[in-house]
Amino acid sequence: MLGSLWLIPILCLAGAVVNLGLGLLRARKPLVNLVGVGSVGAATVATFIALWQYLHQPQTELIETYFTWIAAGRFLVDASFQLDPLSAVMIAFVTFVGFLIHLYSVGYMHGESDAGYARYFAYLNLFMFSMLVLVLGSNLPVLFVGWEGVGLCSYLLIGYYYEQEWCATAGKKAFIVNRIGDFGFLLAIFACFAVFGTTEFRGMFEQLVHDPVGLSTSATLIGLLLFVGAIGKSAQIPLYVWLPDAMAGPTPVSALIHAATMVTAGVYMVARCNAFYLTSHTAMLVVGIIGASTALFAATIGLAQNDIKKVLAYSTVSQLGYMFLAAGVGAFVAAIFHVVTHAFFKACLFLGSGSVIHACDGEQDMRRMGGLRTVMPITYWTFVAATLAIAGIPIFAGFVSKDEILAKVFEAGAADLNHFGRIYNVLWLVAVVGAFLTAFYMFRAVYMTFHGTFRGSEEARSHLHESPWTMTLPLAILGVLSIIGGVLIGFPGHLFDRPGLNAIDGFLHPVIAEIGTVDHGHEAAHAVTLEAEWLLLVASVLVALAGWLVARRFYTASDAPSLPERLGRRFPFAHKALMNKYWVDELYDGLVVRPIYRLCMFCWQVIDVVIIDTLFVNGAAFVTELTGDFLRFLQTGNVRNYALSVALGILVLAVVLW
Amino acid sequence: MLNDHLLSLVTLGPAAFALLLALLPARHPRVHRWSALLASLVVFALSCLIWVRFDPNHPGFQLEPPRVDWIPQFGISYHLGVDGISLLLVLLTTLLIPIVILASWTSIDEHVKGFHICLLLLTTGMIGAFVALDLFLFYVFWELMLIPMYFIIGVWGGQRRIYAAVKFVLFTMVGSLLMLVAILYLGWFHHQQTGVWSYGYLDFTSSAPLLEMAGLWSPQALVFLAFGLAFAIKVPMFPFHTWLPDAHVEAPTGGSIILAGVLLKLGTYGFLRFNRALLPDAWDFFVPAILVLAVIGILYGAWVALVQPDIKKLVAYSSVSHLGFVMLGLAAGTVASTQGAILQMVNHGLSTGALFLLVGVIYERRHTRLIAEYGGIAGVVPVYTGVFLLVTLSSIGLPGLNGFVGEFLILAGAWSGHPWAVVGAGLGIIFGAVYMLWMFQRVFWNPLDNEENKDLRDMNPRELLAMVPILVLIVWIGVYPTTFLAPMEAAVRALLVP
Repeated sequence: MLGSLWLIPILCLAGAVVNLGLGLLRARKPLVNLVGVGSVGAATVATFIALWQYLHQPQTELIETYFTWIAAGRFLVDASFQLDPLSAVMIAFVTFVGFLIHLYSVGYMHGESDAGYARYFAYLNLFMFSMLVLVLGSNLPVLFVGWEGVGLCSYLLIGYYYEQEWCATAGKKAFIVNRIGDFGFLLAIFACFAVFGTTEFRGMFEQLVHDPVGLSTSATLIGLLLFVGAIGKSAQIPLYVWLPDAMAGPTPVSALIHAATMVTAGVYMVARCNAFYLTSHTAMLVVGIIGASTALFAATIGLAQNDIKKVLAYSTVSQLGYMFLAAGVGAFVAAIFHVVTHAFFKACLFLGSGSVIHACDGEQDMRRMGGLRTVMPITYWTFVAATLAIAGIPIFAGFVSKDEILAKVFEAGAADLNHFGRIYNVLWLVAVVGAFLTAFYMFRAVYMTFHGTFRGSEEARSHLHESPWTMTLPLAILGVLSIIGGVLIGFPGHLFDRPGLNAIDGFLHPVIAEIGTVDHGHEAAHAVTLEAEWLLLVASVLVALAGWLVARRFYTASDAPSLPERLGRRFPFAHKALMNKYWVDELYDGLVVRPIYRLCMFCWQVIDVVIIDTLFVNGAAFVTELTGDFLRFLQTGNVRNYALSVALGILVLAVVLW
Repeated sequence: MLNDHLLSLVTLGPAAFALLLALLPARHPRVHRWSALLASLVVFALSCLIWVRFDPNHPGFQLEPPRVDWIPQFGISYHLGVDGISLLLVLLTTLLIPIVILASWTSIDEHVKGFHICLLLLTTGMIGAFVALDLFLFYVFWELMLIPMYFIIGVWGGQRRIYAAVKFVLFTMVGSLLMLVAILYLGWFHHQQTGVWSYGYLDFTSSAPLLEMAGLWSPQALVFLAFGLAFAIKVPMFPFHTWLPDAHVEAPTGGSIILAGVLLKLGTYGFLRFNRALLPDAWDFFVPAILVLAVIGILYGAWVALVQPDIKKLVAYSSVSHLGFVMLGLAAGTVASTQGAILQMVNHGLSTGALFLLVGVIYERRHTRLIAEYGGIAGVVPVYTGVFLLVTLSSIGLPGLNGFVGEFLILAGAWSGHPWAVVGAGLGIIFGAVYMLWMFQRVFWNPLDNEENKDLRDMNPRELLAMVPILVLIVWIGVYPTTFLAPMEAAVRALLVP
């Protein structure tokens, strides 16, 4: 497989093209399954063969150049892929989780029409293609191809139920908000060309490592512009608003695109471009601040949502914030580690919610669920496993990665990283509060959905059922990974004085640029002692447990759910603000959307129609006509008038000549 | 032998076919359709031969037919030649003509003979204007385009066709008369300089730059403005654009495809070929103004497109925005941005031509182009939806499709010299997505609530056949643009760095 990495994405593209054709021919579902799931399955196998070969050869970075994509003037962009530890980790979990979700979709989407079913799988395959191009690209423009490609698939899949206006609108919103981010990304690419003369990662990073001081201003600009792109794609403040709406798509799509893979592309990109952030302290700090704020902000909104998918959506936004927070303290490995574990447990949660929604016949409101644990045991237990993971209960996957992030942030504060120690202290506090809220809203979801008694209609109750194996098998696999995935790939060996046990840390280490200007203050390793690390760990476990217990008190006690209601009445404004997601959508509508619409109408109706067309164009025509009308009086065709003119003319001439 | 006359065949061939068509009786529209299609295919095949015979490493004009004196007293001659800059535009023209004939197959059912004669004459005018190497000859071809287009809008157009046709002609005439004065002045100046009368382009490349350039009222600046106004109207640049939406809305589908696909390109081509190459000092003087107007055009066109209730008008205003990118690329003046601009002329011809064709397809079925009349038709006409989506994505510059390569080169090339213009234009890319996707949503998505849309027919084989070449090129240029960038590189370099 090495040497022909292109095969991996092309397999998915072929699946997409064939399925588009099958959709037009209205082919039956088994054939569509074969193509859709089969192509991704084949790509997954190809990926793991490639990785096996990769691990059995000496180089850490393989670049395959296929052809010259764009060449003009000073600009040269190759169509080329790069396999290094970072892209290896990414393609491994993208194909693996992607395959599971394709399998799950077979069960989840079986009620669709044949044509819609094929269209769905075509888009999903196209997504896999784009995502793989994104993580394999060896330069920014190729990454951008995948970047916009996944955005397109996201748009098409959010709008899958296009006949419902809110779905169609959500799809469009996702694309446009992402475009705002992409604007920054594009400018970053241009700036890279101007500064480095290339956009190949290797070439740019070599120059940065070589001259970090001289390039620091450029690195700040480019780092921030790239981050604007990441803010859009990975749904951070202020561009996060599209992701909650994106839940309009089918649930497997939410799991794959809007939780596990696409939305983490921004984190991937920042980690890929770590050389910029290590060079520019400012850019890195901004990443951390935005990440921490988003982590907390989205978590608070998650507290009050009743739609199970909305809870998970805000939770995703919040978890992405943690990843950026990690990147913001230079812990890029921890960020990618959390990307991977998050893919496991969040995909598991979304698929679990899909299973629930499937059983409840499309119902998404947790207030009309409850008591499902007896009906759907597999869904329940996997959901709980993933919840324990995201809440940060020890040994579960999310615990290991999130704790590493918290520790790194604390370390950054303690070691006065880049002289921003105070700020990093605050960010750590913010992250801890966020962790508490995370545990709370996730267990709230568990209790509202699976515990207590069923609150839906009698008719709905009779439909309740566990999902078919195509859905529960992926759930079970992801559930297991939510439990052991963390310690498996990133065992926190340093706590036991065995750092070598942390597989992902050692594996990804070569990807991090060696840039000397990062000011660690006093040596970071000694800023926090081992005892302190253990204390931190205990503290974060206590925080998670506290969140869990509060949720338990609120939503399972005998007087439940009156307690949260009483709380809501006690603080009506806070409750309302949370319920309405701080009115951010309304704010954007009033401050951006409507003014732009008015501007557009003004351009058309006033400038175009009135000023240019009426005043100048038709005005000129009118003046011409008027002149003609006036001059016509001189051409009356009446001989006596002409005789008079001649006589007057002679008179004038005579006077003048005299 | 063939090399000597290939260019003349492609240029004058369509007019000769038009004459033949004139001799055929008007009773049988089918005969006219088929023979015009055949003729256009022959011309297209011949133009492909030009491409094959073209030497991409040679920066100058090639395949020049023997020069023939026309008005020797004033050094006016019949002189053609193609270089890397005009090659793609000639190919674009000859490609679009058969597509236009296919697209008009059923929608033009009155005066079929006249329509095809106009179309073929128009072809000669357009190709001639691209390859003329004598400015007098260029002017003749330039004006030759005007007449058939006037008829196409005025005879086969919609409700307000007369207003639109007259507006189109008057706008263009205002510019082109001043251009004629400038051309005559250049000829006179050449005579002053060398003592020889000539209107040859190659002669002007040595004499015209000698025109005095000292501020706005100096000869070179005035000649620049005279040319520039003609081309700015054609492009069209803000604020000379208001003829375009009217012309597009009233023109029949075929007319719109030609108008957007080729005629507008003559404006941008003219800027590069004449203003840039002949009047370099004035060009440098006016670059800031062109940049500003280009960025205004990009944003303004997008904003006005956003609120159009009529799909065709929306696409028309989007042209203002897209051509703004081309002008930005030309004004930035680097090799990359200029190559991007030329490629973007082709891209715009393909994707906007395709959009007009597609609007025509649905107009033929429902006889309305109002967005509000549609909604939710994706399920009714899946093939049409897919094709429309692909063209939409090409138009908004999705990487992997043609629009991206052009915009990318333009903006990347302009970045180091004019970052603020790039920022403004970049905002235009955002708005481009907004107006196209909003329109797409309201036409193809949302509830299917209009009874009349419930049994729309999907695209028929003829319509698909007309679209396929465009779709292939949209992907081809997006994935492997080298095919199209390589032939123009030498010529662009030669033009920018004489």
